[in-house]
Amino acid sequence: MIDVAVVAFAQRQEPRIDTESEVEFMVPLMNEAKDAVGLTQQQIGFTCSGSSDFLAGQAFSFVMTIDGTGPVPPISESHVEQDGAWALYEAWVKLQCGEVDTALVYSYGKSSPGSLRDVLATQMDPYYVAPLWPDAFAIEAMAARLLLERGVVSEQQLAEIASRSRAHAASNPHAIRTTPKSAAEILAEDYAVAPLRPSDLPASADGGAVVVLAAGDRARDLCERPAWIRGIDHRSDAHTLGVRDLTQSMSARIAAEKAGVGTDRVDIAELHAPFSTSEAVLSTALGLGDDTVINPSGGAQAAHTMMASGLIRIGEAAQRISRGEADRAVATATSGPCLQQNLVAVLEGE
Amino acid sequence: MADEVLRAPLVLEYPFTRTTGAVIGAFLTGLREGVVLGVRRSDGSVMCPPLEYDPITSESLSELVPVSTTGTVQTWTWNGAPRPQQPFSRPFAWAMITLDGADTPLLHGVLVDGPDQMRTGMRVQLEWRPQREGHITDIAGFLPAAESATGSPGAVPAGVEEVRSVRTPIRMEYTYTPGRALSQYLRAMKDRRILGDQCPETGQVFVPPRGVSSIAGKATLPDLVELPDTGYIESFNITRVPIKMRPDLTPPYVSAWIVLDGASVGFMGLGMNVAPEDVRVGMRVRAVWKPDDELEMSAQNILGWEPTGEPDEVIDDYSRVGRLQGAGES
Repeated sequence: MIDVAVVAFAQRQEPRIDTESEVEFMVPLMNEAKDAVGLTQQQIGFTCSGSSDFLAGQAFSFVMTIDGTGPVPPISESHVEQDGAWALYEAWVKLQCGEVDTALVYSYGKSSPGSLRDVLATQMDPYYVAPLWPDAFAIEAMAARLLLERGVVSEQQLAEIASRSRAHAASNPHAIRTTPKSAAEILAEDYAVAPLRPSDLPASADGGAVVVLAAGDRARDLCERPAWIRGIDHRSDAHTLGVRDLTQSMSARIAAEKAGVGTDRVDIAELHAPFSTSEAVLSTALGLGDDTVINPSGGAQAAHTMMASGLIRIGEAAQRISRGEADRAVATATSGPCLQQNLVAVLEGE
Repeated sequence: MADEVLRAPLVLEYPFTRTTGAVIGAFLTGLREGVVLGVRRSDGSVMCPPLEYDPITSESLSELVPVSTTGTVQTWTWNGAPRPQQPFSRPFAWAMITLDGADTPLLHGVLVDGPDQMRTGMRVQLEWRPQREGHITDIAGFLPAAESATGSPGAVPAGVEEVRSVRTPIRMEYTYTPGRALSQYLRAMKDRRILGDQCPETGQVFVPPRGVSSIAGKATLPDLVELPDTGYIESFNITRVPIKMRPDLTPPYVSAWIVLDGASVGFMGLGMNVAPEDVRVGMRVRAVWKPDDELEMSAQNILGWEPTGEPDEVIDDYSRVGRLQGAGES
């Protein structure tokens, strides 16, 4: 196994970016991350991106965004129609092959031009489910009711998760929902999509993120304290909602085992949990205890940029390691309805 | 920029027709005939709606089993205002419903007046739509049923025509915003001006502007460059086959790659006021604009490109037209 580390990270998240096109707002972020480690595009071995043209309704927007890297002469690159965390996984695999020792990973999402909760209906089963256009919040609310009625989690616990997200987000300049609210205040909110309250839902954002990966001594040359990826794995549950137990996440549990989450203490965990309920399910699947600080950034609830939120979790965790605030961190990314697919990464300092 | 953000409606529509395969086709045939089918899995349980594979074990499945039209709500949520594409015309409850005789739930709507009429575990009865075509929306929804209510599984009559495909159109509405560089370009178009942007490293000029130099991987200079509406044809083709989506174009017509004077890249334009057989590489052209009172913030202000009659451009400096090597190359 080749040691691979996160050596640079840049992000931007705002409720709505309507003054700039996707490539216009990604170029400064790409250059911020590259400049942080003094690399030009031509010095980077592999570039991988994640995005979905469905969000903004922009056909081939990802091709235009590749222009932002400066791909002349032609570069080695790839794209996934997934959260950037999966682009990072592909780059990590490429680095394992040993032919390159640096990689640029970026992803972005501009959901504000459309209605994200409706656009996401198109990811459902096209014969039985998508023609009914169930919106993403409704699907999550049905899973939430199962969690509550089966006693897996209580409304009080969900409110505490949402309250902590707000409290942590207050010190994150990239977060959107930063106004503190106590659990009692959240429990007093009217339901948005019962049994979910407004504070249980993700604060939708436009934005993007960029990560630079480097292998071995190259990472040590580029960064004072690289965040080493000690384990990374991703798994997928069934696409058919009806055959899944929505009160737990088998895919997250297996990915966590394979990534080695439980082999040592976890200082912080950045969980890609768009809803309070997602965090409850993921914490259990990963076996996190009270000694782990969950979502010190406020998490995806405080700012949810579709296609970038998972990569941002990895970047947030890595930054805390590079700054010396944590020695061992876990980051997750999710995709699909009700935590269908999950990626888990373990990051460490040395 | 103090200017307001430009916005335009954008609609994406995909008129998908999907083939169904044997199992989904049988289920949809059943719906049309007023029968709900599940499929038996290797552990004996019944999955409804059915798939031709088991999502857990990946075994092939083919044994179709009629299930009842009554069932039990496993979980639900309230949908207070039907969203534009949803096939329900009134507020309703989403529910996961396990039909009697099946072991997995299907998603559909329960047609009640408010969330106070919903609870997990309640019994419901399938409501058919009168006109059915073999589609999941042949089920109009579910209605509350008595605790003891039991429907009976029916049977699909022999010899009926099988459903082999299903229409699943997608329509999504967006509000498009063009970004910084294109907004300036579109505004200038209204004044019959063509703007490009310039690479901060190589000085190359790109039109239309995208706000980024792909040569340098940098944002282009903030001040856009105005270009004349004259240039030359770098390449062209003659189309002799009509295109359905462009009934305004009568073949044969010329699609030309236009390089404006001062630009480093070309773009597509329509040849005008010239016979296709007279078009040449290097031919000098100028823009044919819409009348002033029809000008909009749109590249469609340029109807096409007509010959100027000047001597042909002699193209000997290819480095000017987008073939400069990248600044980053060593």
